Amino acid sequence: MLRFFAPFIAPVVGALFVLALACAFFSHRDPTALQPADKYHREPNEVHYSFEGPLGRYDRQQLQRGFQVYKEVCSACHSMRLVAFRDLEEIGFTKPEVKAIAKNWATETPSINPDTGEPATRKPIPSDFIPGPYANETAARAANNNALPPDMSLLAKAREGGPAYIESLVTGYEDVPASLKKEFPDFQVPTGLHFNPYFANLNIAMPPPLTSDGQVTYSDGTVATRKQMATDVSAFLMWAAEPKLENRHRTGIAVVLYLLIATGLVFAAYRNIWAGKKH
Amino acid sequence: MSFPWAEHYAPKNPFMRWMDEKLPLPRLVYNAVGAGYPVPRNLNYFWNFGVLAGAALVIQILTGVILAMHYAANGLVAFDSVEHIMRDVNSGWLIRYAHMNGASFFFIVVYLHIFRGLYYGSYKAPREMVWLLGVVIFLLMMATAFMGYVLPWGQMSYWGAQVITGFFSAIPVVGEPVRQWLLGGFAPDNAALNRFFSLHYLLPFVIAAVIVLHIWSLHIPGSNNPTGVEVKGPQDTVPFHPYYTAKDGFGLGVFLICYSLLLFFAPNALGHPDNYIAANPLSTPAHIVPEWYFWPFYAILRAFTFDFLWVPAKLWGVVAMFSAIALLFFLPWIDRSPIRSARYRPMYRIAFWVLVADVLLLGFIGKSPAVEPYVRIGQFAAAYYFAHFLIIIPLIAWAEKPLPLPNSITESVLGEGSDDAALGHPAA
Repeated sequence: MLRFFAPFIAPVVGALFVLALACAFFSHRDPTALQPADKYHREPNEVHYSFEGPLGRYDRQQLQRGFQVYKEVCSACHSMRLVAFRDLEEIGFTKPEVKAIAKNWATETPSINPDTGEPATRKPIPSDFIPGPYANETAARAANNNALPPDMSLLAKAREGGPAYIESLVTGYEDVPASLKKEFPDFQVPTGLHFNPYFANLNIAMPPPLTSDGQVTYSDGTVATRKQMATDVSAFLMWAAEPKLENRHRTGIAVVLYLLIATGLVFAAYRNIWAGKKH
Repeated sequence: MSFPWAEHYAPKNPFMRWMDEKLPLPRLVYNAVGAGYPVPRNLNYFWNFGVLAGAALVIQILTGVILAMHYAANGLVAFDSVEHIMRDVNSGWLIRYAHMNGASFFFIVVYLHIFRGLYYGSYKAPREMVWLLGVVIFLLMMATAFMGYVLPWGQMSYWGAQVITGFFSAIPVVGEPVRQWLLGGFAPDNAALNRFFSLHYLLPFVIAAVIVLHIWSLHIPGSNNPTGVEVKGPQDTVPFHPYYTAKDGFGLGVFLICYSLLLFFAPNALGHPDNYIAANPLSTPAHIVPEWYFWPFYAILRAFTFDFLWVPAKLWGVVAMFSAIALLFFLPWIDRSPIRSARYRPMYRIAFWVLVADVLLLGFIGKSPAVEPYVRIGQFAAAYYFAHFLIIIPLIAWAEKPLPLPNSITESVLGEGSDDAALGHPAA
């Protein structure tokens, strides 16, 4: 009996799955209306950075300029809690410079009063992580129309498109296009939000951060156009997210070269061993 | 357990003779992966992937043990401890990226290993047990990889854990209590993170143990080969060492080059950016997607959107997803064709390549958001997946007229009526 039915078990089970999927395939779908973001969302600009490619390295001057933009513009709202002041030595600041940057930072590091044990703050020192602008998430939301400015330590790796996305976003604010208004008459930028085609749903809580050329004054003489500031700060954020990139590239070149030579030798050994053995 | 002409272990110096009497470990190695294991002479490069999978497991265990020295399995600090490894631990970035991409390469070589088995009929008698243990290893790998992906406690870690453990809630009546019991709470939290870490450290050693069984059961009939014709005599085989140790060494080199290129020059290419955002139970990502190696199964899960036969679609999806792997356990008996290699199975060969395309398509659908036309394409591709294994394979086994098989491995290598001596090489 079982012997007779055995060959049919698999096809019957298979037919069940296929039928369930066929029903799903032919089941009715509610037509989905085209959303403004489907059509007006834009992919990040093409931006070229010095750290791209297997031989890519950071441009120290650019990172320092980017740090300046972060310090003078972004850090008013965005924390960078995984980066310590001491790390800034890696982008070319000297020890005394790092000490001064820490000491003069706009916000202080949480601490306790050594006499009373009461919560207090103190001036940061190089070994401190960079203190954020807000005491906690509630304070951050309260100051930003209930939106939370994301921490910037990993931002360049935490967004599709990476640094180019950040560059595009901060320079991408514009008026709602007339064609969009015409096509979607109901489209409204909610109060407190700003139209930005690089942002996933087109409306972003962050007001335009880079408002005019010359918003920061670069000490190395580079002209601080909006585009320049955006490129510099996005490069700096890539460093903040991936500080070991140069080390990785250098190690990678050495490892791959070694492996190419070793594999070549093993290939020669393999051919030698199999010589005369047809296979 | 081997062919009668296998070379015998003969310890050459007194110490090795002494060792062989007390603990014949060198003998075991000699017979398992040394000159004492005769292997068909005609294996092609697709036979490298078993050894490569073993190498990947070793890489994962070595890097994983080091990571565990610096990682903290606590919801409050797990994310930051990974960043501590990336930024402040000496060469921590290397160990962490090696582990992260090592998981992907483990799956790449295992998928190639599995498809090699499907093409050359390695799952058929007398190697059913090898195949069954292989499917067990694959399941253990999936569990290990899933739990490992949760550990960095990023957004995709958290929401992936939420979705995967949610499968259990599809079970009628007991589903929800089972889910809570597995998680140790109503949602993924510290309890879940801790047990996932514990199991993630345990399972690789279980995998290693099952690999021992996998190789043991393989050595009883010996390796399959591209013709699928069984070994008939000494002229059909070569000793594993040095012939295949050399060939596997070359394969390992190529594998390490590919792995290094990804590890050093695009370490985040296969990951999801959202996992660089710390886990936040109050903020659901726009699209929850698993790691790439789960995409085909994720597509099957999501393809079931209809309450067929009054069974909820969600339950169908979960059952189908597990069945998609479980059916592999039955494959040696579903495929009744006595011919192993697809070289001599004209119809099966076509079906095999269509299956490869179908699985790649499922992978693409699993990655894509659940909107049209992806949903319908996914439903079609999922239906084909089940049809392939459960309907098309039995039909082909019944209807196919196989091509003539070579009389032996040697004949297929050297041509009819010839042997080594005829070509001027003295037979070994």
